[in-house]
Amino acid sequence: MSSLDLLFQAPILSVQLLIDGILIGAVFALAAYGMALVWGVMNIINIAQGEFVMLGGYVALYAAQAGLHPFLGIPVAAAVMFVLGWALYRAVIFRVVDKDLFISLLATFGLSILLQQLANEVFSADVRTLSSGLGTIFLFDGMVTVSEIKLVAFVATLALGVCLLLFLKKSRMGQAIRATAQDARAARILGIDADRVYATTFALNAAICGAAGALVVMTWIIHPYLGLAYTVRSFMIVVVAGLGNLGAVVAAGLGLGAAENFAGFLLGAEYQAAFVFSLLVVILVYRNIRLGRQRKYLK
Amino acid sequence: MTYFKPLATAVAAAATVSLLASGSASAKVEGDTITLGAAVSLTGKYSTNGKNTKDGYDLAVKRINEMGGVKVGGKSYKLAITYYDDESTPARGAQLAERLINQDGVKYVLGPYSSGLTKAIAPVTEKYGVPMVEANGASRGLFAQGYKYLFAVLSTSEQYLQEALNLAAEQAKAAGKDPKTLKVAVAIENDNFSQDVRAGVIDDIKRHGMQLVVDDKLPPELNDMAATLTKVRALKPDILIVSAHAKGPALAIRQMKDMQVSVPMLAMTHCDSAKIIEKFGKDAEYAVCASQWDRALSYKDNVLGSAEDFAKAFEKEYDYAPPYQAAESAAAVLVYADAFARAGDFDTAKVRDALAATDMQTFYGNIKFDATGKNTAKPMVLYQVQDGKFKVVAPSKWASAKVNYPAPAWADR
Repeated sequence: MSSLDLLFQAPILSVQLLIDGILIGAVFALAAYGMALVWGVMNIINIAQGEFVMLGGYVALYAAQAGLHPFLGIPVAAAVMFVLGWALYRAVIFRVVDKDLFISLLATFGLSILLQQLANEVFSADVRTLSSGLGTIFLFDGMVTVSEIKLVAFVATLALGVCLLLFLKKSRMGQAIRATAQDARAARILGIDADRVYATTFALNAAICGAAGALVVMTWIIHPYLGLAYTVRSFMIVVVAGLGNLGAVVAAGLGLGAAENFAGFLLGAEYQAAFVFSLLVVILVYRNIRLGRQRKYLK
Repeated sequence: MTYFKPLATAVAAAATVSLLASGSASAKVEGDTITLGAAVSLTGKYSTNGKNTKDGYDLAVKRINEMGGVKVGGKSYKLAITYYDDESTPARGAQLAERLINQDGVKYVLGPYSSGLTKAIAPVTEKYGVPMVEANGASRGLFAQGYKYLFAVLSTSEQYLQEALNLAAEQAKAAGKDPKTLKVAVAIENDNFSQDVRAGVIDDIKRHGMQLVVDDKLPPELNDMAATLTKVRALKPDILIVSAHAKGPALAIRQMKDMQVSVPMLAMTHCDSAKIIEKFGKDAEYAVCASQWDRALSYKDNVLGSAEDFAKAFEKEYDYAPPYQAAESAAAVLVYADAFARAGDFDTAKVRDALAATDMQTFYGNIKFDATGKNTAKPMVLYQVQDGKFKVVAPSKWASAKVNYPAPAWADR
């Protein structure tokens, strides 16, 4: 464990790892918000989540190439993806929304393959990236560096989270979304247009992913096949955090990012993903045991 | 299972019939045309490089036909290629190879793009005793199977970064340091091909007695290198080696700049397909990259001319500068043309023997196959990004510029 020794000899490295991990986790958290929303309200696990992130990245890239400031790419990507999300709901998702979970899993899985291949056809398989033009902040005599774009991503995640929360609490549509999530049938009886609620929810999810994608293309790279990494991580975050609790989603996202980064450092990059998924299994087993105990207690 | 039996029988029967119909060893030479076959990735994740491959093949065929074709046994033949799209999936590639051979009666196969696809197709061509000249499968595993009908014009994976380590050792000696004091960090993707590259790198590190301080295997869904780069910053290696297809250079340069991680030498593969100069401009400076070929090299032949002639003709035809994938693909067609002419016959066994005896100069470099079918006559070249251009810095025989080593830290650029 030479990496572990290194961490003891230079404890400052753990600060670097923690900061980087948390900032990486912010982008995961963003995609996970959307997934929790769609899952909670529509009972659909959207496998195409990562593809929305990828498409958002391309929108931001082309917006910047058309002369917009890279940061304006974030709202532009969100807006374009909102429209696309709405269209996809009208074309595909509304047909599967009340159906069995497996049907919607298959439908969104198909959608993800379709979007991947379309992106490959339209944008080519080339790896792309966009420079945000931001610099780097040095801490502790340059021992720790924080790239400003990651900081922007972090702040954007929190800001978007707050906006979403306010939207769900205060606006009529937000209230309708929450009502539908609690009991779709009762909401319908009370005159809520469930179809519109679903369309808005799905489009909102696509918009959030679009914003995440704009941050990804400025921080890392994008290519048509990067979706799965984001789908899987948002799924895991939602499973750990549960539905309907945005705060927990953010915390789980940041935690996941940090855990992944430490695992990558200590065990080597090849075990980064393996560690995270082992963690998922442990959490699920632990939760199952706890639920079992509660059930016994209730009896 | 019984359900499928009639179908299976029908397929087998059809295959037999088509084999009989296309018959003898001179199959797929109709009139004055020799038809080669290729499954290339025109869709899917390799579609960019797949197109490069196809364009390379097509340009060489076009040029050979314009110059009167290939003379075999006193008669001139034109070349043609039957293509299929393997969708970047190995299973599909193998299926299509069967189809080319059984249904289309193709007796001479050109390789697909990537080692993975080549690995899937080679057993098929081997089974039917059909030669395959490939230009885009560099994995050394391909040449350890005892294949008799596989020929590769490119340098194999373990040679990819050899020159980078040699160069670093030379530079150390020139500065009065022992190469054994050099520290190397390695971050290479965890897939078959890249791990073959890694095996070569590890051998070279041992050969020079250098110290391996970081040895990370990047996951194939690679989207962040922060953990690896944190290690690199702490351990201050002299050389950082990154190989992860086109994602590798893009991610490494983006994140090294963002995290301000400096190394005296950053050595990578796939820089040209990652288009690092267009993407990163000044930030790409000093990066050192391995390449199969470069247009500035002084190789030439009498079909496609010099390396630069080929590059110009290619740009005229397809409106983009040829990456090495296109060049090596064109070279594969030249090898076939040469073998047909020397064999003077279309018998696959004779063509195979002629291929095995290949010893020629092309615009892509010298080509001579060893017993396993790999080309041992052409070295890899090493570029460095200098003033916004790729300049060849090694091997010294072909170098057009001197390497800038050590690269300055980010803060001093």
